[in-house]
Amino acid sequence: MYWNETMRMCNDIGVGSVVIVGLIAIFIGAVTAVQFAYQLGDQLIPQYYIGYIVRDITIIELAPTITCLVLAGKVGSNMAAEIGGMRQKEHIDAMELMGVNTAAYIILPKLLASLFVIPLLVALAAFISILGGYLASVPTGIIPSAEFIRGLLEFFVPYNVFMMFVKAYVFAFLLTSVSCYQGYYVKGGSVELGQASTRAVVFSNILILLADYVIALVLTS
Amino acid sequence: MIRAENIFKSFGSADVLKSITADFKPGITNLIIGRSGAGKTVLLKILVGLTPASSGKIYYDKIDLFGLDKKAMRTLRLKVGMLFQGSALFDSLTTEQNIRFPLDMFTNMTKGEKQKRVDYCLERVNLNKANAKFPSELSGGMQKRVGIARSIVLEPKYLFCDEPNSGLDPETSIVIDELIRDLTIENNITTIINTHDMNSVMEIGDNIIFLHEGNLAWLGNRNEVLTSDNELLQNFIFASPFLQRLRKAALK
Repeated sequence: MYWNETMRMCNDIGVGSVVIVGLIAIFIGAVTAVQFAYQLGDQLIPQYYIGYIVRDITIIELAPTITCLVLAGKVGSNMAAEIGGMRQKEHIDAMELMGVNTAAYIILPKLLASLFVIPLLVALAAFISILGGYLASVPTGIIPSAEFIRGLLEFFVPYNVFMMFVKAYVFAFLLTSVSCYQGYYVKGGSVELGQASTRAVVFSNILILLADYVIALVLTS
Repeated sequence: MIRAENIFKSFGSADVLKSITADFKPGITNLIIGRSGAGKTVLLKILVGLTPASSGKIYYDKIDLFGLDKKAMRTLRLKVGMLFQGSALFDSLTTEQNIRFPLDMFTNMTKGEKQKRVDYCLERVNLNKANAKFPSELSGGMQKRVGIARSIVLEPKYLFCDEPNSGLDPETSIVIDELIRDLTIENNITTIINTHDMNSVMEIGDNIIFLHEGNLAWLGNRNEVLTSDNELLQNFIFASPFLQRLRKAALK
């Protein structure tokens, strides 16, 4: 039962979010490349820095943070609404009456699925974002392909990828636990359910941004 | 048998239940009736252990419900089935998966044994062709029947039904009532039904508890309802002029 529920959540969170994550990532990469090229202007900074900056800013910051902020809105609100709906429709009471540990049965699969799938989505977002940077800067003539690829390969620090995954795991835990908590303890009717869903997104976003700062401090000091 | 002893329940300054003492015997259908806000649902939730009482005791065959630790409570709950007002079927599971849910969670039965038990329960509630349907694809009456099938799948000793007829047409209500009564008699279950359906009162009210403003206002059975001189009960059950005329005719 737990396995089936976890797989269902992996599908909902992962497959259900690929399109939106991909779409956002490609534009973030594209905008980063175009704007950095604009910032460079005619300065004496090598052009391949565009590829380098797109890669690092994507891996360190944009892929984990923007992806998880988006997922807090899409997945977090969905989790809060689903669990809150279960509370209101007496599903949770029914399970408790059967002797089911409802917190474990309802929340644990969501948490495990999030911790498994969200880092994968973040990695995918990083890849697509870099691709977006390439597509926005090479075919449009801003920078030659060889220069962009050189930038991608220069100064690569594997530790940055580690930092990306640390952020992804922490953010996944935060958005899932906050959203599940808001849904699990919802009281009242549809208005309160809507409020719980909104709180799930707002609190998740605030905590993600706060955690982003703390992780940046800890892992770069 | 389930015994409620001197149950009090307050929410803030509001006393919802005041000194309720009653016995609910096995093999018969025990009904809790009363107006909306009389405390029926609160009493049912206290009886089933979902809501704690402010004071008083609940005994399941001499076992003190509120004195049980978590493990013992979980063991006891395997003997309890409940049909919720809205059926409380899990939306992401099919009819068959909903009924099999308690078996998957709490038994070591083989897949074949589980399937056999699920098929038996579906047959018992006359829902042979709904195995693969999701709750959203079922009518209200069908959902209630799936709810009943799920509540009996572990062969409970105690069955609780919260407004089993709410939102159902009179014909389907009778089917549900008869089903609950038959299961109660066949398996000698202690069944407690929370209702304000007058047809249920007159058809399956083997033991009736009438609550009024949190007090136990009357105790009896369906045969005694007609002849009782309890004014509160008569005003509640025979509320319309038509039913009052019907009662007078029946008494003649």
